[in-house]
Formats: sequence, structure tokens, C-alpha cells
Amino acid sequence: MPVLWIFLIVLGIGALGYVVARQRALASVGNDPRHLHSLPSYYGYMGFLFATATALLVLIIWLIAGPMVIEKRVAANLPAGVVEQAASQNLLMAEVRRVANGLDNAVAMGVLTEGAASNARADLTDMTARLKEAGQVITQNVTVPVLRAAQEMRQANRTSKTWMAVAVIALAVAGAALAVLRAQKDFRARNVVERGVRWMLVGAASIAILTTVGIVLSLLFNTIEFFRIYPASEFFGSLTWSPSFGGGSELGIWPLLWGTLYISIIALLVAVPIGLFAAIYLSEYASPRLRSVAKPLLEILAGIPTIVYGLFALLTVGPLLISVFGDNGLGWMQSGTAVMTAGLVMGIMLIPFVSSLSDDIINAVPQAMRDGSYGLGATQSETIRQVVLPAALPGIVGAVLLAASRAIGETMIVVLGAGAAARLSLNPFEAMTTVTAKIVSQLTGDADFASPEALVAFALGMTLFIITLCLNVFALYIVRKYREQYD
Amino acid sequence: MNDMRPLERIVDTDNIKISAKGCQVYYGETHAIKDVDVQIEDNTVTAFIGPSGCGKSTFLRCLNRMNDTIDICRVEGEILLDGENIYDKKVDPVQLRAKVGMVFQKPNPFPKSIYDNIAYGPRIHGLAKSKADLDVIVEKSLRRGAIWDEVKDRLDKPGTGLSGGQQQRLCIARAVATEPEVLLMDEPCSALDPIATSQVEELIDELRTQYSVVIVTHSMQQAARVSQKTAFFHLGNLVEFGETGQIFTNPTDPRTESYISGRIG
Amino acid sequence: MADATANAHKRHGSLTQVDPRTRRRNAAEARFKAYGLAAIALGIFFLVVLAFSIIRSGVPAFTTTVVSLEMNVSPAEIDQAESGMLKTAAYTKLFIAQLGSQMQEQGIGGEVDPEAIGRILGKVGNDLRAFYQANPDAVGEPVDFTVNASSRVDGYFKGRVTREGLVDSRFLVATDLDVVDQLTEAGIITRQFDWGFLLGKDAGVDNPGGAGIGASVLGSFFMMLVVLVLSLPIGVAASIYLEEFAPKNRFTDIIEVNISNLAAVPSIVFGILGLAVFIQFASLPQSAPLVGGLVLTLMTLPTIIISTRASLKAVPPSIRDAALGVGASKMQAVFHHVLPLAAPGILTGTIIGLAQALGETAPLLLIGMVGFVAREFPTGFWDGFVEPNSAMPAQIYTWAARSDVAFYEKAWGGIIVLLVFLLIMNAIAIVLRRRFERRW
Repeated sequence: MPVLWIFLIVLGIGALGYVVARQRALASVGNDPRHLHSLPSYYGYMGFLFATATALLVLIIWLIAGPMVIEKRVAANLPAGVVEQAASQNLLMAEVRRVANGLDNAVAMGVLTEGAASNARADLTDMTARLKEAGQVITQNVTVPVLRAAQEMRQANRTSKTWMAVAVIALAVAGAALAVLRAQKDFRARNVVERGVRWMLVGAASIAILTTVGIVLSLLFNTIEFFRIYPASEFFGSLTWSPSFGGGSELGIWPLLWGTLYISIIALLVAVPIGLFAAIYLSEYASPRLRSVAKPLLEILAGIPTIVYGLFALLTVGPLLISVFGDNGLGWMQSGTAVMTAGLVMGIMLIPFVSSLSDDIINAVPQAMRDGSYGLGATQSETIRQVVLPAALPGIVGAVLLAASRAIGETMIVVLGAGAAARLSLNPFEAMTTVTAKIVSQLTGDADFASPEALVAFALGMTLFIITLCLNVFALYIVRKYREQYD
Repeated sequence: MNDMRPLERIVDTDNIKISAKGCQVYYGETHAIKDVDVQIEDNTVTAFIGPSGCGKSTFLRCLNRMNDTIDICRVEGEILLDGENIYDKKVDPVQLRAKVGMVFQKPNPFPKSIYDNIAYGPRIHGLAKSKADLDVIVEKSLRRGAIWDEVKDRLDKPGTGLSGGQQQRLCIARAVATEPEVLLMDEPCSALDPIATSQVEELIDELRTQYSVVIVTHSMQQAARVSQKTAFFHLGNLVEFGETGQIFTNPTDPRTESYISGRIG
Repeated sequence: MADATANAHKRHGSLTQVDPRTRRRNAAEARFKAYGLAAIALGIFFLVVLAFSIIRSGVPAFTTTVVSLEMNVSPAEIDQAESGMLKTAAYTKLFIAQLGSQMQEQGIGGEVDPEAIGRILGKVGNDLRAFYQANPDAVGEPVDFTVNASSRVDGYFKGRVTREGLVDSRFLVATDLDVVDQLTEAGIITRQFDWGFLLGKDAGVDNPGGAGIGASVLGSFFMMLVVLVLSLPIGVAASIYLEEFAPKNRFTDIIEVNISNLAAVPSIVFGILGLAVFIQFASLPQSAPLVGGLVLTLMTLPTIIISTRASLKAVPPSIRDAALGVGASKMQAVFHHVLPLAAPGILTGTIIGLAQALGETAPLLLIGMVGFVAREFPTGFWDGFVEPNSAMPAQIYTWAARSDVAFYEKAWGGIIVLLVFLLIMNAIAIVLRRRFERRW
């Protein structure tokens, strides 16, 4: 039974629970709702909630945990020698999964009969051929243990699905029945329903924590896996980055960190002065009309997707820089993709980020501070430079740090605009690459997922996450402290 | 102060510092100040009193063109400082404000050290030629602000760390440091407790020896205590202006009398 | 102190004369102001340059160069072509014969070089055969047959290929351009709006002309459905809890810090999360819009929570007090009164969050939603969620990463399509805000 059907059936039982529980509650007071503790509909909601909440929770847990349990059992049943032959158990299980899916699809398409698919003595070459013919992706010829395991997996999956349906529907019916039994006039249905809703709200709020936990765990496990097959001392100590998918790669993080840093610095050199001066002008000098035009215009820059900036770097700014600094001009630049290109474009992207944050912060400086300065005969610029900016400094530092964290984590601009060569160089007109760009290239390439060349992406991701996290926490702390000061 | 007595005589001299003629102020559509004529003498404390919203603060802010910072504010008529119209096109408000200093309702020390708070004005106006000069100015100003003894050991500490009364005296010292000729005070004691208030009032009386002081106040007692001349504002009009003693004991206008006796306000 | 008093009137000069120091200070003031103005002008200049390059390079993607010819092929000719070994070659000959006769009718040229036609039109024989097989009725009747010109000829019209810069190759030689010019004069080669770009799917690296963004628009659409269906209820529920019910304790504090941090985590990290959790761990299908939607949901949730909380906070406490005062429970006060009042703000925030998600690229690349996957349209509504597909920004990235410059034009064109969607979403958000926002 497809999951969608189970889901709909549970909802149906819930709806039934609503109607029956409401009726029963009303009947208990002779159809005079004034004698009920709660409004009649709350008894109905209770019926619905009791029927669906536990059942759907079990459904979700079963859907997530079921395949894991089955996989573990199937893996345990694999003959001992097979695992050693394959590169790793993960790969082997992936193969088993593929074959099992292939059998399912082939049956669904009518290429195989159900009997043939479950036949333990099926002819291997014939099976492989049929699966391939049905368009199912099989990487190698199906071997006996893999086919057996796949068939075992299919069997277990089917059993699991049946039991799941039974269990979930039974739970739904039981829940609905319980609610209907409780639907009496003195029962505090509203309180029960509200407690239930409250738990759902808590659950929704916890998703933020779950996401963070998910990020940390997925980075951590794979990073540990990476360091098991590649020495951490090399990763943090080597000054070269040269992955080769055949093995024997050198995966030193420093060239990537340097590229990231260099591009971010250039971006900030562009964004901070322009953004800050724009913010100062908008908040201190601009007439309301200019402000109402210029501020949204600048903020458009923040709403443009980064892929657009990436393309802008690759196809507009790169060629432009080449025509000035290239061989026909000053001769400093070899190709359009370079640190300068990516940094410049990233700087443009960050202008509105710096300006709108600084604008808020400058506006938070109390007017009394400015009046005090004007009252002493200071000009507006003296007031801004010597009173407003020093007062706003912590907030502005926070804003710049947030912008830096943005720059470090930015991906598409550097993937398209910075080039692919990892090198430690001071020349901003050379191509370099960054942590984010390499995460993309290592995980979208053809590398085997268990190889250090692919797993290194997780170590890079971990590094990126930690750096940006520290910057963010620090910056948010500063900005928060700053806001409190003038609240 | 021993040299108070010879200066008493100067008070009596008819020495007009500021004179406003037909001054009108508009906030957008609102007519906030209606045709005010007033003459403010040198070495005198002049108090502006009146119910809230009567325009006394607005008028005070006209005297050093602080209203320029508000976009919708418009001033008509003329205000003469030593015979020169301060609303003349050629006048730079920055130069004007160096001459006419201001202290605000809420103490507003800059988020800098005490020293830098005082040194701010002299620095931007170029009053000190050297660090030693500046040190002298800072000490002199803090002494005039009657706060030197309290802060002389912590000049490098932030000015925001002082108590309310100390902050206000610091702000007065800061205003004095630029060597103004007129000192405008916009309800300088409204945010202070009674003890701090009396300290500031005492200070105002001392400042009179060197400056023309104009003070806006809510409190009639305060006006009576510190001022020699009093102006009563009501609904944007200058109702009555004269010797403080006369205003409080024998007002000519019935509105003034109602206000002083507490019937309006 | 007495001397200070004595020269009180000489401390300052006349007000009407600006002293040199003030003049210097005013000059500094003017300079400072000019810097600010220059910064704003520079920012707007960048925006204009960006808009200009998008429009200049992207608009040509919406037109294509086509060859349209009135074909009149008899059944005998078809049979003859079908019976031969080289069927497509025979069809090409048929086409060239028709072309030659029509050109002669109009009095332009005479001989048509089949190789030149091959270079100009690509595999016209294939197309023609497919056309007649799909429309057997057309045999023996005069019909209009339209076929795309090769991408280089297209480039010739769009200025990508010039006579001066042309290096003879097996794709195009200089004399072909003369033929192209003649055909254009004869009205056989024309430019028309390219529906194939808007509605089509991605094509191979050797066929830039045939590449369209339609399939990945659908991919984006399915992703946005997932994001909307998940992030709106979860985001609103989380915000209601945090804003209205959460006690001030450690747990709440942790959630708060978490949300503000998640909002600043680089998007690529969410891609890694998606890869590790949804694909590796939960074995969801690769390249599926469902997975993309899940990743983007997690990414947009903080944005939506932050804006929803702001709108909830903007509802004055007096409303809550009023509801509680007539005996409503706290839950009822929130759901009956606060939430409806905050709804416009919540919707606005959600739309802006969705717009942000729509433009996101990096995480999609990691879960396999790269452009070349968008080769097929989804086969049904529910299949659209799980069948491999791409999304607009990822499709643009794939085109930008290809070496044939003809794809760059497609990438710019794709950006116009993407930006139009973003513009519409933001416009809706602005209208909502203008129409319904209350000021308390």
C-alpha cells in the first residue's frame, strides 16, 4: 500500500474521529452545548488529533528507520567473503539497493514477472540483461550474493510496508476510539487540544536545532571518515592542493584558505568604503526623496541571485579587466577568471549588505549626540566622523564581520569568476580558488564517494562552517550589545 | 568669588547681546512662534518660561540656528547678535554656534573620554596650538563647569560613566570650552535630581559673569532663583518680558498672572 | 578671569566674514558629502551596468534564426527516399531541391551547395523525415516547413559570429555567409521568437540552439511548492511558539541563537547537509526537486521565522489583552486575533523568502540538480517531485560552464527568465505590504 494511501486513510479516520467525538460530546449533554466544558468543535479536534498525531509520528519514524534496519539485517546476512571483495560495505550495499530498486521498477514496467524477480535461482546474465533493457542502471554484472541480498531486501521491504500499514492504521483507530470514549461533558477537551497544539509548536521551533545538529553531524562523521584515510597533518600542514582521482592526491587546505581570504579582502575593500559612505549619505544628508529612491535601488543589488553575479563576473567583468590588465593592456592578467574579478563582483554584491546594516546602526545613534556636537559649532561631517561614527563603531564592525562571513561562504561567484587553480600567490590578477569552489568541484565530480578526494569536501565544509560560525556569533554578539546600549 | 562685586555693575549697563525682531517660526504648516520681539542682555541670565508646547525651546533653538537641522522648519524675521543678523545668507551657522553655545535638556556626553569630550570643541575650532594649550583649556573649562575636582583623576574615563548631574556639568564645561559669548540652556535641570539641580543652578549664576545666559525652564522657582530677566511665552506668543522680580510679583498681563498662580500651564 | 571678561566681545570676529579656518572646514564638509554621493552613484552605476549587460546579452536568447520553406513533396518522392539506404541524405536532397527551385523562382542564385546547406541547417534531413512521419497527411500537399538554423548562423545574426572573425571550419565557411545573406533576402531565413527556449528542455553540449529552460522552470516550480508547503506552516508555528508562548529559559535562548546563526550559515553548507542527510542517509533520490525543496526549506526557515516574528511583534499587546479579557484562552487569542492581523506581514516575508530560495544555486549542485539533468519533462504531477530535474539557477550555471559561447547567450537569457520570476514575486510582496500593512 503506497504511503500516500496510508496517509489519506489516517486522515480519513481522523475526520471520522472529529465527527463522532463531537456528536458524542453533544449527545452527553442532550445537544445543549452550553453544558459542555469546551466548545463542541474542541471535542472534534481532540478526536482528529488523537487519531492522527501518534499514527503519523509512527509512520514517519517507520519510514526513516525501517530501511535502515532492513539494510543492516541484509548486510549481516551477506556471505563473509563478498564484503572483502568489494571496495567497501557501503558500495556493496548501494549496489544491492540499486538492484532491488531495479527489480521493483522492472516488475512495474512489466519486463519481469513478480515470480521471476523473486526467483532465487534466476539466471544471472539473463537478469542483468533484462534489467539493463528495462533501463535500470546497473553498474556491473549482478553477482549471486548481490541478487540474493537484493531479493531478501525486497522481501523484507514488502513485509515492513505491510506491517507499517497495519500498525499505523490500528494506532489511528485506537486513538480515535480513545478520544470518542473521553468525549464526555466534563472532559476538558480544549485544554487537551491546546496542549497538543503547543507541542506541535515546540516541535516546529525545534527544527532549527535539528537543522544545526544535522549540519554538525553530517560534517563531523564524514570529516572523521576523511581523516581516517587521509592524515590530518597533511590536510592542515601541506601547502599544495592537487587532487588526482587516481589516488596520491595532495590535499593541503592552505591554498584554498588563502584564495578565500584574498578574494574576501578585495570584496570588503570594495564593499566597505562604498557601503559605508552610501549609508552615511543616506542617513545623514539625503533628502527624503533621494533616500526613497536610492535606498531601494541599492537594495536591489542584494536581491539579485548570486548566480547572476557569477555570470556577470565570468562574462562581463572578466573580459573587461582583461582588456585593461591583459596582454593588450598592462599585461598583468592572463585569463579573465582571477582573484580580482571575483573580489570585485563580490564587493558589488556586498555593498547593499554593508550599507543597509550600517544605515540601521547609524540611525540608532541618538539625535541628542548629534545636537550636542552641532551645538558646539561642529560641521556635519565633523559630527559624523568624530561623534556618530565612533559611537556606531561597534555596530559597524559587526556589520563588516557579517559581510566578511558572507564573502567567505559565497560560492557561485568564485566558482564562475575566480578560476580553478589552487595556488598561494600575492598577485590579485592570477586565478585562485576557494574553499567553497572546491567543495562544489569535489562533490560534483566523478570521484567515488568513499575516496579522500570526495570526502575532503566535508573537511572543507567543516572548516568553512567553523570559520563562518565564529564570525557570525561574534558579529551578532557585538551588534546585539550595541543595540542594547541605545535602546 | 571675590571678583563678583565689580561685575555686578556690568549687569546694569544696557548692553544688548541678542535682539530679535518680528521673529516667526513655522514647522511645516504649524505657526510655532508668532512675531516675537525680545532683547537679551550681556552678562545676564534670561529665563524663558511658559507651559509646555508654548514655543520657548523652539525660540531658544533659533538663537543659534539649531533649527537648521530640522528640514521642515522655517524662520522669518531677524535675530541680531551684536548687531549682525544671524539668518543672513553670508553667516555660517558653524561659526555662529561657536559663538552661541548650547546645553541640552538631557545630558548628552559623547561616547569618548572626559578629556576628549571637553577637547572636542577647541579641536574643531582650532583654539589650541599644542597639547599643552589643550590641557590648559580642558582644565580651565572643567573648573568653570565646577566639576574639575570630581573628575581630575579620571580624565581618560568615558564621560558616559558619570552621574546625571556630573554629566550635565560636563556638558556645560564642554560648551564653555569653545569660548562662546552666549550660552543657551534648554531645561538643563529637568533630568536631574534636586541636589544636582542646585549645583547646576549655582554654576549658572557664576557663568553669568562672563556670558550672556539664556535658560529655558519649566520650573518657575528655578527662573526666580537664577534669572535677572524673564520672558513668558504662551501659545507661540511672547506675552511678557521684563525684570524677573517684576514678572513674578507684579505681572501686567492676566495670562502671566494665571500661569504664575498655577491656573494655566 | 577679569581679563577674559574684558575682551569677551573680541573673542570672535564678525559673523558675516567667514574666517579661513571655517572656509577650510566647509571645504572638508563639501568633500565628505561628495564622497557619500559618489558612493551612492557608484552603487547605482554598478546596478545599471549589471542590468545593461543582462539585457544586452540576454535578449537575443529569446529569438532564433529559422529557415522556413514551402515544401511540396509527392508520395513517390517519399517512397523513394524511404527505400534508400541513406534515408536522411535523401530527405536532405529533397529539401535542397525545393530550396533551389524556390530560389530560382525568386531569381536569386541558382546552384545550392548541399554541404553549405548542411552547415547552415544542421541535420535538416532528420528533421524533415521526422516531420513527414509525424504528419503523413502533408505528403503531396504544399506545407510550410520550419527548421532551426545552426547555432553559428544564429550567431551570425546576433553578432556573435562576424565575417571578419570567421575562421573556416567544418561548421561554417565564409562563403556560407553569402548563401545565408541570399536566403535572408529571399525571406527564407528569418528570425522569430524562440518558444523552444522558454518551453524546451536542456540539450546536449553540441546543440546550443535546441536548449531551453522550460524543464528547469518546472523543476524550480516543484521545489518552490515543497518549500512553500513546508516552510510556511513550520515557520509560522515556530514563530508563534517563540514569540507568544516560549518561556524565557535556556532552551528558548538556544533556539533563538540557533536561528540567527542559521540565517548566516553559507548556503553551500546546507547543500552538504542535504547530500549527507537526505541522499546518503535517507536514500532519497538524487537530483529530485523534492530533495532540493527540503534543503531550501531548511535554508529559508530562519528568514521566514525572523520576518514572521517581526510581524507578530508588530501586533500591539492591547489586542491580546482584549481577547484574554473576554475570556479567550491564550491559544485562542493568538489564533483568532493575533495571527490574522499578522497574516499580511507573514505572507510578505514568506514570498521574499521564497524568492531568495528560487535564486539559490550552490546547494542544488551538491544534490545533483545540475542543468544537464533537465533533459526530460516530468511525466506527471507527483512524479515531478521525484524525477531527476534541474532548477533555473542550476541550469544557468551549467550553460555558463559549457565551452561553446552560444550557451552563454542562453545563460543570460535564463537569467532574464529567473529575474522576471523574482520581480513578480517581489512585486506581489510589495503590493501585499502596501495594501494590507497596518501601522499601529
